[in-house]
Amino acid sequence: MLDLNHVSKTFNPGTVNEKKALSDLDLHLREGDFVTVIGGNGAGKSTMLNAVAGVWPVDGGSIVIDGHDVTGLPEYRRAAFIGRVFQDPMMGTAPSMQIEENLALAYRRGRRRGLSWGVTRAERELYRQKLHTLGLGLEDRMTVKVGLLSGGQRQALTLLMAALQKPKLLLLDEHTAALDPATAAKVLELSDRIVADSGLTALMITHNMKDAITHGNRLIMMNEGRIILDIRGEEKKKLTKADLLQKFAEVSGVQEESDQVLLS
Amino acid sequence: MSAAAYFAALNPANLFRAMPGNAAQGIVWGLMALGVYLTFRVLDIADLTVDGSFTTGGACAVMMILAGRPAWAALLVSLAAGLAAGLVTGLLHTRLGIPAILAGILTQFSLWSVNLRIMKAAANQAVSVDKFGMFYKATRGRGFLLSSRFVPQAIGVGLALAGAMIAVLYWYFGTEQGSAIRATGNNPAMSRAQGINIDSMKVLGLAVSNGLVALSGGLMAQFQGYADINMGRGSIVIGLAAVIIGEVLCDAVFRRGANFAVRLGFIVLGGVIYYLVVGVVLWLKLPTNDLKLFTAVVVALFLAVPYLQKKSKSSFRQAGRAAAKKEAASRA
Ligand SMILES: Nc1ncnc2c1ncn2[C@@H]1O[C@H](COP(=O)(O)OP(=O)(O)OP(=O)(O)O)[C@@H](O)[C@H]1O
Ligand SMILES: [Mg+2]
Repeated sequence: MLDLNHVSKTFNPGTVNEKKALSDLDLHLREGDFVTVIGGNGAGKSTMLNAVAGVWPVDGGSIVIDGHDVTGLPEYRRAAFIGRVFQDPMMGTAPSMQIEENLALAYRRGRRRGLSWGVTRAERELYRQKLHTLGLGLEDRMTVKVGLLSGGQRQALTLLMAALQKPKLLLLDEHTAALDPATAAKVLELSDRIVADSGLTALMITHNMKDAITHGNRLIMMNEGRIILDIRGEEKKKLTKADLLQKFAEVSGVQEESDQVLLS
Repeated sequence: MSAAAYFAALNPANLFRAMPGNAAQGIVWGLMALGVYLTFRVLDIADLTVDGSFTTGGACAVMMILAGRPAWAALLVSLAAGLAAGLVTGLLHTRLGIPAILAGILTQFSLWSVNLRIMKAAANQAVSVDKFGMFYKATRGRGFLLSSRFVPQAIGVGLALAGAMIAVLYWYFGTEQGSAIRATGNNPAMSRAQGINIDSMKVLGLAVSNGLVALSGGLMAQFQGYADINMGRGSIVIGLAAVIIGEVLCDAVFRRGANFAVRLGFIVLGGVIYYLVVGVVLWLKLPTNDLKLFTAVVVALFLAVPYLQKKSKSSFRQAGRAAAKKEAASRA
């Protein structure tokens, strides 16, 4: 479903701030893969997701989504294939627009936006049902401006928006990091449900190793712009936090306090 | 002059006589303010093109009428010229990466020359309603739509046009495309992630906004019977004043938020109120040379209100004072 072939990206090349953020990265996801991504700060996790989303062009390599080579497409044209939830709950929604208007924007992702109504009556019914599944009571507040919602409610809404037009790929970048533990757990559970219900292919970055182990069917660890560990299926089910810490120490050569490196 | 003599010289009848004309002019500026609202509030861009495109609209309208074309057709040309001006600003901004405010200034600057060319190198071109007639009066629909010589009609036509414009904008910003423009101004990152080409939306929004502004310029030229190379100078500030007056009123009347069309209606009302206030200032024989200073101060104050309100709730100075007080108390 997703193929990253020898993707590389260097920020600020030729300056003192030169930073090789992705080096010769290879990653291949099958349809329905739910991959959790871990790694220390600056390992290149977000950069990988941004490369897939098309936030900027990559320096080398190719990105193929479901057989479409999207390497040369700008972000807004790749959006047809991709649903995204950001770390910052403010990022994923338009605060001065109503809940239903936000959903309607997401509903038209990947379609031409013409001069027919921005939200139709039939859609409203669909949105009401979808919002009902969140269990947050938002279905009764569809004309409320999103700016009035809490961070957790917004992340839940953003998730719904990301999956409204079934994307080929769902990208989650620490999307629960800004939430309190209880809300984070709820949003994570919701993510699981949405991925399972629609059979989505997903990449989820997290700094919580427990979450990385318990969610998804595959786990990758990144370091210095590369994937240094890739565990799937049965092997992943048996994985423990201690295993991960040890593997991280082995592969990266970092011996002490690796726990903090990963969790920071 | 003593105070008594000053007040004795003020004749309220004069004020009332001037009011309808000021109101009519205010409606035209209110229409112009709708364009400013589109960029300033909807797109979140401060677009300075308008000072030039307002004059462009006036110049086009006058030259078309002088060339014997119907006044309504002249307005369409004004509209098209404004769309083009906005397009240029939009392309300078999105294709060439020039900051929006500078892009607007560049276009505005260049429009000075363009406007002079349109007006055949004259700084002022007059069209007389006596010569071309009113729309309905024996001109077979070719004459002026509004004129300062026929104030009640001007108010009627102005209101009808404002109503039609608001209806069109309400419809457009309710469509998929209009929603995409609103989203672009509201959260560009989210808009891109939802597949919206935000560069195109900005260009489109700037074009529509300047189209409206130029159309108002064309109406103003008809109303006053001439186009002047300086007629648009400072129109961004007048537009902002109308937007701010309208919004403050709208929020005061509808505390729980108003429908988009109602909001736009209040913006037009803001233009009317601005011109009525200007009328009072003129009537009071206050120095009119200070009018721009006065307007700028009022606009600056109102623009600052949201910021100052926030600051009055929490500021470093307050926090520092509170901490110092506590410290002093604990020492005593
Ligand atoms: N837009 C950018 N411009 C310059 N440097 C960047 C940019 N984005 C990322 N980097 C750099 O690339 C490296 C990888 O960053 P990235 O954000 O991918 O890390 P990460 O794995 O997501 O880390 P974290 O866990 O802290 O989010 C870092 O050194 C970062 O400073
Ligand atoms: Mg990151």
